[in-house]
Amino acid sequence: MITRKEVQHIAKLARLGLTEKEMGKFQKELSKILDYIEKLKKVNVSEVEPTSHSTKIENVMRADKSLKFKVQSSKLMELAPETKNGYLKVKSIF
Amino acid sequence: MGLTDLTITQAHQGLVKKEFSALELCKAYLDKIKERDREIFAFLTVVENLALSQAKEVDDLISAGEKIPILAGIPSAIKDVILIEGIRCTAGSKILENYVAPYDATVIKKLKGEKAVFLGKTNLDEFAMGASTEHSAFGPTRNPRDLTRVPGGSSGGSAAAVAAQECIYALGSDTGGSIRQPASFCGVVGLKPTYGAVSRYGLIAFASSLDQIGPITKNVEDCKIVFDAIKGKDEMDSTSIDLNSKFQNPNYKQIPNSKFQIRNLRLGVPKEYFVKGLDPGIEKLVKAAIKKYEEMGAKIEEVSLPHTEYALPAYYIINPSEASANLARYDGIKFGYSVAKPQTNTDTLLDVYLKSRGQGFGQEVRRRIMLGTYSLSAGYYEAYYLKAQKVRTLVKNDFEKVFKEVDAILGPVSPILPFKIGEKVGDPLSMYLVDVYTVAINLVGVPALSLPCGKVGQLPVGLQIIGKPFEEDIILEIGEKFEQTCQK
Repeated sequence: MITRKEVQHIAKLARLGLTEKEMGKFQKELSKILDYIEKLKKVNVSEVEPTSHSTKIENVMRADKSLKFKVQSSKLMELAPETKNGYLKVKSIF
Repeated sequence: MGLTDLTITQAHQGLVKKEFSALELCKAYLDKIKERDREIFAFLTVVENLALSQAKEVDDLISAGEKIPILAGIPSAIKDVILIEGIRCTAGSKILENYVAPYDATVIKKLKGEKAVFLGKTNLDEFAMGASTEHSAFGPTRNPRDLTRVPGGSSGGSAAAVAAQECIYALGSDTGGSIRQPASFCGVVGLKPTYGAVSRYGLIAFASSLDQIGPITKNVEDCKIVFDAIKGKDEMDSTSIDLNSKFQNPNYKQIPNSKFQIRNLRLGVPKEYFVKGLDPGIEKLVKAAIKKYEEMGAKIEEVSLPHTEYALPAYYIINPSEASANLARYDGIKFGYSVAKPQTNTDTLLDVYLKSRGQGFGQEVRRRIMLGTYSLSAGYYEAYYLKAQKVRTLVKNDFEKVFKEVDAILGPVSPILPFKIGEKVGDPLSMYLVDVYTVAINLVGVPALSLPCGKVGQLPVGLQIIGKPFEEDIILEIGEKFEQTCQK
């Protein structure tokens, strides 16, 4: 069973604001899912390499040339909640 | 036959022969949406003006005597995780409720090149996370075959729209079954292409090593037409693959299309797919379909995929891990729902993150972010994420071994029939278990087709045809053979 403290820690790492009630709910649900995932303990993987991707392509290269960004930057800025002088505005850290 | 009964080829011929105009065809579907979508709720956004102007352009081409592409003027629906420039794209989430796409996805660009008509954007489980479309922040879609039941998910809106004849075809996305399972639940055809066959540029990212865009259609022929229109390498997606390169592989054995012979075909049936948990009604229909292939002359072989049972738990580590990383971009700063308001300085940066994400994401999305963050966090990474990736290798080895013996694999799409709305929503694990036959295909990256193979009462059942990498043409052809015998 995953502890309440672990749930709090994970929520903070994930930057998810959860209420106390939600913490309790996630503690129960995540424990149940993790119990199911425990099944994997039965598999011997000692000699097995991990697979991160199904296709075997790697290091896709392109010419080192600057390209014009195709999307109008004003369209992207319009989507931001807060901007100032053409920059994204961020709240203070402290 | 009404305009909303037509397949792509039939509608195309009607347009070319001037039996009806693209505008008439488009209006027939818009009317159908007005008539039926109040109860089905397949569409989150209907773009009537865009659809009518696209249809008019096609009519202009036809009256000018121009030859039109096969998808020209054909009314379609697009899952609301695929961007169409200037149109709202929500991913079924409150966090993107007011997000207007700033560019076209590559598949949309390709379809626009074919003069396609877009009717609107379809409902889905939030960020494509779910198997029922009940996790949409905007409410559930209902199954057109039985309105008390779910259409499957996450592409439930797209599958329901095709089944309810609210469009001729739709695009969906499939990360662990999200095209195939709703296609099966709604009694339509769905294709999950090989990973890399279709560009993911402009698809809102969920789990990037698993996501693929694919067609949902009325029949196999339409499926092939749409797949051919959207596939191919794209410089904007480095994981997309030049499909011609497969012919440079000396091990690649092509079955020539024109001389496709069912009696040369070896079809594998995994013994691990017919076990406890599979609905007896589904088992009966899938086995009957396999029998039909045998009668047509195919060689049926029992095969074994020994790690089948471990694919699902491995998937439910890999999928949330990738999702938690991808969804880090929703920070309340760049775009999407935010608690940050100009002229208020009460919140700190951390408050903006916590509140925007806490309020903007729904239950299932938060659950997966938590699960993924846990699996990737210090102290757990090796036991969970790395272990799952190693199990992924074993699952892949199983398929590679079987594909040395057979040309394709047959089995069910879903272990259960379309369930009642609300039945599973309170129990996340039971919802995950519905994916037992579909997730391995995404872990391995191979293509798979979901094809209607009968009904239990009024409820459709899907047959899954799994192929070798980049052999979509072969599984489509295998599917077409079955369709033809059903029509006889």
